[in-house]
Amino acid sequence: MASFLNIRRIVDFAVLPLMNVAVALLISGLVVLFVGQNPLEAVGYLISGSLGSGEGIGFTLYFATSFLFTGLAVAVASHAGLFTIGAEGQAYLGGLGIALVCLSLDRFVPWYVTLVPAAAAGMLFGAAWAFIPAYLQAKRGSHLVITTIMFNFIASSIMIYVLVNLIKEPGSMAPQTRLFDKGGLVPKLGEILPVNIGTAPLNVSLFLAIAAAVFVWVLIWKTKLGFEIRSTGANPAAARNAGISYVKITIVCMLISGALAGLAGVNILMGDLGKLQLDFPAGIGLVGVAVALMGRGHPVGIAIASVLFGVLYQGGAEISFWMPNITRELIMLIQGLVILFAGALSLMFRKSVYSLVDLFRVSKPEV
Amino acid sequence: MQAEISSAKNVLELTGINKSFGSVVANKDVNLAVKAGSIHGIVGENGAGKSTLMSILYGFYQADTGAIRVDGREVGIPDSRAAIAHGIGMVHQHFKLVENFTVLENIILGAEEGAFLPSSRRKARLELQRLAKEYELQVDLEAITENLPVGVQQRVEILKALYRQARILILDEPTGVLTPSEADHLFRILRRLRDEGKSVILITHKLREIMDATDTVSVMRRGELIATAPTSSMTKESLAELMVGRRVLLRVDKSPSKPGEVVFDIRGLNVRDQRGVRMVKDVSFSVRAGEIVGIAGVAGNGQTELLEALAGNCVPESGTVLLNDAEIAADPFKRREAGVAHVPEDRHAIGLILSFPLRENASLGYHRRPEFGTSPMLKRSKLQQYAQAYISDYDIRPPNADLRTSLFSGGNQQKIVLAREIEHDPAVLLVGQPTRGVDIGAIEFIHRRLIELRDQNKAILLVSVELDEIRALSDRILVMFDGAIVGEASPDASERELGLLMAGIAEQDQGRG
Repeated sequence: MASFLNIRRIVDFAVLPLMNVAVALLISGLVVLFVGQNPLEAVGYLISGSLGSGEGIGFTLYFATSFLFTGLAVAVASHAGLFTIGAEGQAYLGGLGIALVCLSLDRFVPWYVTLVPAAAAGMLFGAAWAFIPAYLQAKRGSHLVITTIMFNFIASSIMIYVLVNLIKEPGSMAPQTRLFDKGGLVPKLGEILPVNIGTAPLNVSLFLAIAAAVFVWVLIWKTKLGFEIRSTGANPAAARNAGISYVKITIVCMLISGALAGLAGVNILMGDLGKLQLDFPAGIGLVGVAVALMGRGHPVGIAIASVLFGVLYQGGAEISFWMPNITRELIMLIQGLVILFAGALSLMFRKSVYSLVDLFRVSKPEV
Repeated sequence: MQAEISSAKNVLELTGINKSFGSVVANKDVNLAVKAGSIHGIVGENGAGKSTLMSILYGFYQADTGAIRVDGREVGIPDSRAAIAHGIGMVHQHFKLVENFTVLENIILGAEEGAFLPSSRRKARLELQRLAKEYELQVDLEAITENLPVGVQQRVEILKALYRQARILILDEPTGVLTPSEADHLFRILRRLRDEGKSVILITHKLREIMDATDTVSVMRRGELIATAPTSSMTKESLAELMVGRRVLLRVDKSPSKPGEVVFDIRGLNVRDQRGVRMVKDVSFSVRAGEIVGIAGVAGNGQTELLEALAGNCVPESGTVLLNDAEIAADPFKRREAGVAHVPEDRHAIGLILSFPLRENASLGYHRRPEFGTSPMLKRSKLQQYAQAYISDYDIRPPNADLRTSLFSGGNQQKIVLAREIEHDPAVLLVGQPTRGVDIGAIEFIHRRLIELRDQNKAILLVSVELDEIRALSDRILVMFDGAIVGEASPDASERELGLLMAGIAEQDQGRG
């Protein structure tokens, strides 16, 4: 019995994700063929562009860092049975908190002093933005999927207002803040470690993201709160009977989720852009949903899925650079296909693979 | 009258129906004949097999063996569509209506003709006006269904069946949600249907309805149809006796109880369910230390809601719950911390999280206590230790604390819940259906454990629809009927006496003076 379950676990955690990606790439290949290009050539650029050089790997892991934050954010909520689409808006608002701290401190203190309050502000702003949908879901039963999507739009509007009217660099036409000074920029990995990643913006936020992954693992599987979160997600009625408050778990979980999403700004703003600008999250919250689904809510799985999407982002950029006929839009289509198969349709092949595995087992002589 | 009935031909015949679910026999060699133009009642306790039989008739289940004849012709009923085609209609206990559709839309739903609605609507409206007039089934066809009282919604269900040209109408516990005057109206409609030549099968556990409304009655007990007779030849008392039957008393060795102080005191409790129907009506009673108080009653008379309210899972409309003279808030956590443990009726739905390993379920609800760690961390070693102790003390098999809880048998799952709730030294134990779906060996063990707990001077409230169990374990028996406690009996009371209380007869006789 035990080995039987293990086989299904292997199917769930390894076989299915790989199949889903393969199918997505297969269909992408057909699309590439359709526009008259060579899919194998495209795959070549995808791999070599993202993993073939130190710089490529640096970019890949830089993207992966952001996805890891948002993926963890979505996963924490999903363990309580909550499906949040709000990481995008929470990351955006989190970025505001980070930028405010950076703009206040960057001229006076070194980066490692700024980092702590900046990260705290990012978490606080992200959590605050998650609180309202969480409260509405917990107390009023307003559907979290709907409210978090709406809150992404509201976040976007608020940020336009804030950037244009409140914190725009004086004299500039662009909706963005002034560049952060040295004290608001975290070091690139190339600057502090003996690695050659060229111009890639991979920075110390990677370690922050890994720490966040460890934190989520401990929280969900090692703490009393995590036990209550999992209980609520697995059987809300039984959790209630056990004295676990649905309202409390929903709100606490979404606050943690929002805080994790809010941290993504550290990577993007302090690690790369050096300023707060319009629409900086650029879809990382939505990729986070796919990453969390593909990683089955487990930090290790999410980390692997994050790297995969990092490959797609970086490799995709390479493809459109070297193969001009494959436009940026086509790359987005390919990424969308991976999200579709790895995220939304992630369990599509489960039943057939299970029965295939069972068939294989039955045909074996009983041990 | 009787001669007239027996001369009518059988519109429906069931012969030799058998149906098992796994090892549970739900219907055993059932033979039933329903005459044209009659109201045929089927009574029986919960779990007697009434609903299964009707589900077979309506195509939800397939009989393992047996035949169904409509108008003397053998028919197969693989699904409800086939049942409708043979003129069988069903009004479910829980209505199957789309709440925000109009009455007309609900009635034609699934019976539309063609792709466009207006023509079906026109036709249906004419037909329904005729039906409404013929059977006293006046309903506003344009009203939104959810705005209608339940009694009218039920009429919509009946119209739905008639619109599909049902000649045999099955009603499953139709009066459960109705007020007395709505019920009277319903029975007028049913008589009218009978007079027009339709056949009605009325499933109920209310004997008054059988006596008032039916021409023929069949009694089911433990999956068997044990008697069919003209209603005029029966009395409520004889029906109650047939329903409950003479059963071998379960033997549980126990010494006489030595009740101490009142520990658990319930005063004036009223509970409404989610539909807003008052399910517990002004219930007051108390449980002393060292005694088992059993709540007997046919399922659906408010026991579930009572237990849920006492456990703190729902907030009562009014009333107080006192533990050692102190009021305790309606919150499952606070109740448990105060010393009220709860073994729920439905362990799968609320007692356990089936996808979790035994280890985690063995301490669910108690995991915040300091023995599992004073920091925010949950000590896995402690979970394991408690689970192992339960496994050996309660003989849970297989003895593997890491196994998913869904992979244990019902009896072993129940032992997990019992161990968890008993071993944290509660002052009061609320137990619902402790042996439902549990194998014989485990039943004996569970009963013994409950008696031991009583002898440790704990107060135990036992809710069970198994009368044998109530009688074997309880020191006092309270009988619930229609949400109220209608009487108290000693465990030595006769089956007959209890059966009458459970059927609500004593109360009604008093009411009629």
